[in-house]
Amino acid sequence: MNWLNHELYIEPIDAYIDPARPVKRAIITHGHADHARPGHDHVLATPQTIDIMKQRYGAHCAGSFQALEFGTALVDGPVTITLFPAGHILGSAQVRLAYEGRVAVVTGDYKTHADSTAQPFELVSCDLFITEATFGLPVFQHPDPAQEIARLLASVAAQPERCHVIGAYALGKAQRVIRLIREAGHDAPIFLHGAQEKLCAYYASQGVELGNLQKALDRDKGSFPGHIIIAPPSALRDRWSRRLPDPVVCQASGWMTIKQRAKQSGVELPLVISDHADWNELTDTITATGADTIWVTHGREDALVHWCRSRGLQAEPLYMQGREEDAGE
Amino acid sequence: MKRFAELLETLVLTPSRNAKIAAMAQYFQTTPDPDRGFALAAITRDLTLSNLKAGALRQLAMERVDPELFLMSYDYVGDLAETISLIWPHAARDPGAATVPGVAAFIAGIESRPKADVAGHIATLLDSATPSERWAMIKLATGGLRVGVSARLAKTALAVYGGQDLEEIEKIWHGLEIPYTDLFAWLDGRAATPHIQPGRTFHPMMLSNPIDEARDFDRLDAADYQAEWKWDGIRVQLVFDGESRRVFSRTGDDVSAAFPDLAATLDGHAVLDGELLVGHDFRPLAFNSLQQRLNRKTPAKTHLRDLPAFVRVYDMLFDRDEDLRDLPLSYRRSRLEDWMRGHAGGRLDLSEILPFESWDDLARLRLEGAEVHGYEGLMVKHRQSPYVAGRPKGPWFKWKREPRMIDTVMMYAQRGHGRRSSFYSDFTFGIWRGNEIVPVGKAYSGFTDDELRELDKWVRANTTNRFGPVREVEKRLVVELAFDSAHDSPRHKSGIALRFPRISRIRWDKPANEADTIETVRALVE
Repeated sequence: MNWLNHELYIEPIDAYIDPARPVKRAIITHGHADHARPGHDHVLATPQTIDIMKQRYGAHCAGSFQALEFGTALVDGPVTITLFPAGHILGSAQVRLAYEGRVAVVTGDYKTHADSTAQPFELVSCDLFITEATFGLPVFQHPDPAQEIARLLASVAAQPERCHVIGAYALGKAQRVIRLIREAGHDAPIFLHGAQEKLCAYYASQGVELGNLQKALDRDKGSFPGHIIIAPPSALRDRWSRRLPDPVVCQASGWMTIKQRAKQSGVELPLVISDHADWNELTDTITATGADTIWVTHGREDALVHWCRSRGLQAEPLYMQGREEDAGE
Repeated sequence: MKRFAELLETLVLTPSRNAKIAAMAQYFQTTPDPDRGFALAAITRDLTLSNLKAGALRQLAMERVDPELFLMSYDYVGDLAETISLIWPHAARDPGAATVPGVAAFIAGIESRPKADVAGHIATLLDSATPSERWAMIKLATGGLRVGVSARLAKTALAVYGGQDLEEIEKIWHGLEIPYTDLFAWLDGRAATPHIQPGRTFHPMMLSNPIDEARDFDRLDAADYQAEWKWDGIRVQLVFDGESRRVFSRTGDDVSAAFPDLAATLDGHAVLDGELLVGHDFRPLAFNSLQQRLNRKTPAKTHLRDLPAFVRVYDMLFDRDEDLRDLPLSYRRSRLEDWMRGHAGGRLDLSEILPFESWDDLARLRLEGAEVHGYEGLMVKHRQSPYVAGRPKGPWFKWKREPRMIDTVMMYAQRGHGRRSSFYSDFTFGIWRGNEIVPVGKAYSGFTDDELRELDKWVRANTTNRFGPVREVEKRLVVELAFDSAHDSPRHKSGIALRFPRISRIRWDKPANEADTIETVRALVE
């Protein structure tokens, strides 16, 4: 398609999707830092993504903002833009672009399995489907997250003298883990690293019930045994965690599928909880969109491209800058 | 199988040595015979299944999923068992297909079947198991658990479990048989120590540590030590009692069949420790001559004629059934000398004791040995040292000659396994031959974890080509390789093979055209 290129530049309206550098017009799929960057002249996104960007980068992190609700078509000259839920985090969107009778969908990051902290993924039929591939290898078959939380709670119950500190990114993963813990019936206070507080408060203001949350700061060691603490993964290996009494280091991530990866990052209790589609979700979604052309971006492009081609689909990898393998959120 | 899977998971993920020991001890406590014995054998890597090999499992997985996707996944995960257990389609899981057996029943189920039926049987089990049970079953079947537990640590857990001395367990270990019911009966206090025949069994070897020139010499008294040449062969243990004559490698593998010329000549009844070499009249040839005889089940006739094996003996563990290991080295040495006088001829030669007065004396010997004779270095042993299994700190040192160094250019990189899975950690290096760079050796070690991360990043950013799991990189990173010696080798494109190559320094600063040439390296060939 010559109106949309491999940098996700939409030529007829001079706009980029999730650009890595400041541009005149940006359409942002969601608030994670590898997609939402500060400094654009104009940003189009869902209201929640705009809230999140302002919270992370400041109210003036873009020249102007334009909020677009899910499902509302925005006619911009020859291109019609519609955002649909991507199921990745709160406010995360797929971008549907219609131009001269052809439809392209850019997924941003997405997952199709249930998550009560994000609007559920909606399948959008299209001709060109531009999919992420973070977990684009068939070894990634994520288990039911409820089962992972059950393992966590069993470990908490079995080791009341230790605390469990869970490495989880501040935007999306932390709130999802907390919700899953609440849904499993655990209503004790959960302690938060300072970096998690603002976004948890934002999620709560958007109607995501997170229960009793307390600041881990200023607590003495004696208050942690038997409790769960949520911290950014980087804090687990930092001085911050020294205040914790003999912590069981947990990490909530799709990478935890691979035991040697968990071991490399010093994780004792890996929790396979992912905000990205696993292999089966990726391949099922690709099939269900009815698209005949697939572009594959950030992750293990090669395997998914191979799979698409073996099924007679046109497929190409997009090697995008700033989205290196294993990148964070 | 579930409990064994949980044990493996704990062992992989628990960083603490004590927690690993506790987990194993608890498993031995709560698991009946013979399951615990087979599990132990798997952990100590003594378990091998003759009916199922890794290749067959890989084949099985490649029938279930697209082979190309399988290979990409294996390359990414870096562990065969984990790849298969994760890639096996979850959606096809049918817990009713078969009951997942316990450890012993699983092994019996494979070993008792005709080979042709094994793959189908395993497929049914994999269909009915959880991913973690699949992982445990495949680990059992393929050996090499890679769970961060050495055989030594497993024996430590046995010692803790049974309240016995680790050394006592080491002494009988190689005389025991899987599934170790007599061992557990002893540890459980239900029976006496298992009896083993010393003249038929491998005894764990005592190993040395590299000397720390800056620290050790000042605190050690030269008069307490004896010195010998360090021979560049393979360490062997000769175990013979008049009827049975066996040659064991350092790891306890029986290599007698590869060296029948040596084994046949072992007369008497003793256990001796020495260096296996090849050559006529006790004059050793270079290591790559010996290498031609290694890894062969039986020797070629020409090898028996041109490369006869002999052993330079340096220690005596048993004289008949008398255990000498707790006695001082000086005494064992005199017993060895007596024994050798009574068993002259054959293929055994006593390792010479080198006279020296001071460490400076010895340093001169080491230099002379390297420059005049090409010797690898020296072995320095405390005269009072008992023979202890393992690598105790202190009593025995190796003092290698200074390594040789060359500047090479990185050519290819491959991901590592186990702890290094996902990192490009296995490298091929080359040197200039005219205008081209030809490979001269591979190295996997010598760098810190931080350097490994930098190398990995560099490889990813400078890849020019991919051949399956191998990445070809831009020929511009210079790495200083250290190695012990260089030899002719028709198998390498450069015609040269390096012994013990390892990375000495990464020369981020140096341009590739300043790397060494084949002429420079050829001059180092011995």
